[in-house]
Amino acid sequence: MDGSCRHPTRRSVMFAAGAAATAALLGPRLASATPAQVEAEIAKLYAGKTLGEGKIKLDLPTIAENGLVVPLNFEVESPMTDKDHVKAVHVFADGNPNPGVASFYFTPMMPKAAAQFRMRLAQTQNIVAVAELSDGSLYTVKKEVKVTIGGCGG
Amino acid sequence: MANPTPRVRMPAQAKAGDVIEVKTLISHEMETGQRKDAEGKPIPRKIIKAFTAKFNGKEIFRSDWHPAVSANPYLAFFVRVPEAGTFEFAWFDDDGSIYKSEHKVAVA
Repeated sequence: MDGSCRHPTRRSVMFAAGAAATAALLGPRLASATPAQVEAEIAKLYAGKTLGEGKIKLDLPTIAENGLVVPLNFEVESPMTDKDHVKAVHVFADGNPNPGVASFYFTPMMPKAAAQFRMRLAQTQNIVAVAELSDGSLYTVKKEVKVTIGGCGG
Repeated sequence: MANPTPRVRMPAQAKAGDVIEVKTLISHEMETGQRKDAEGKPIPRKIIKAFTAKFNGKEIFRSDWHPAVSANPYLAFFVRVPEAGTFEFAWFDDDGSIYKSEHKVAVA
């Protein structure tokens, strides 16, 4: 991959042309979500509530070479008792065709409000996680993931 | 991938109150509904839309998935083992199928 980034070899030119053709074909179908749509999704769930910062630890690669499998690992600080636990964690992506990625619903039976999974990212974009605690308070965190397309840092 | 097969890895034994990690994987294409086939017709969406975990019949964890979840979904999480019992995991497909996997945990 390094070599093709320095000089446009025949292969890299063909590849770029192919990628452009694919993009043109898929273009209108792959209209992507916007940060405003992510906010609208959050408002749909928690209208009019304020979101605090922190509490959520979000582990994501800064650069994802393959947008088809981007690992995501999160943990929300919480004692996970009957009185004080995490009820839900929602994950959104603002540059995918649809903003929703996954939602997780926890109970006090769970020792940690943590999970790990893999998601698809269509392009470089922000991942937004929102956690709902049992007392009704909300926390959010946002992190950018750069998705490499075409091998030279799309 | 005709038959999605769930695979679950977790210890079969624990001490009462122990926290254990559960790793799950299910083979499934997670077709997004965004792609088109060779004739330009859209390929209909077919994903696993939900996952649940139960302990001795009581739901302890649930997850809803969108098409942004990767093919062959992997999910890892932590559970507490309060007593000996059975963990039941279920994956819910768009077509109504439910794929299940049961795991007994003995308390030493």
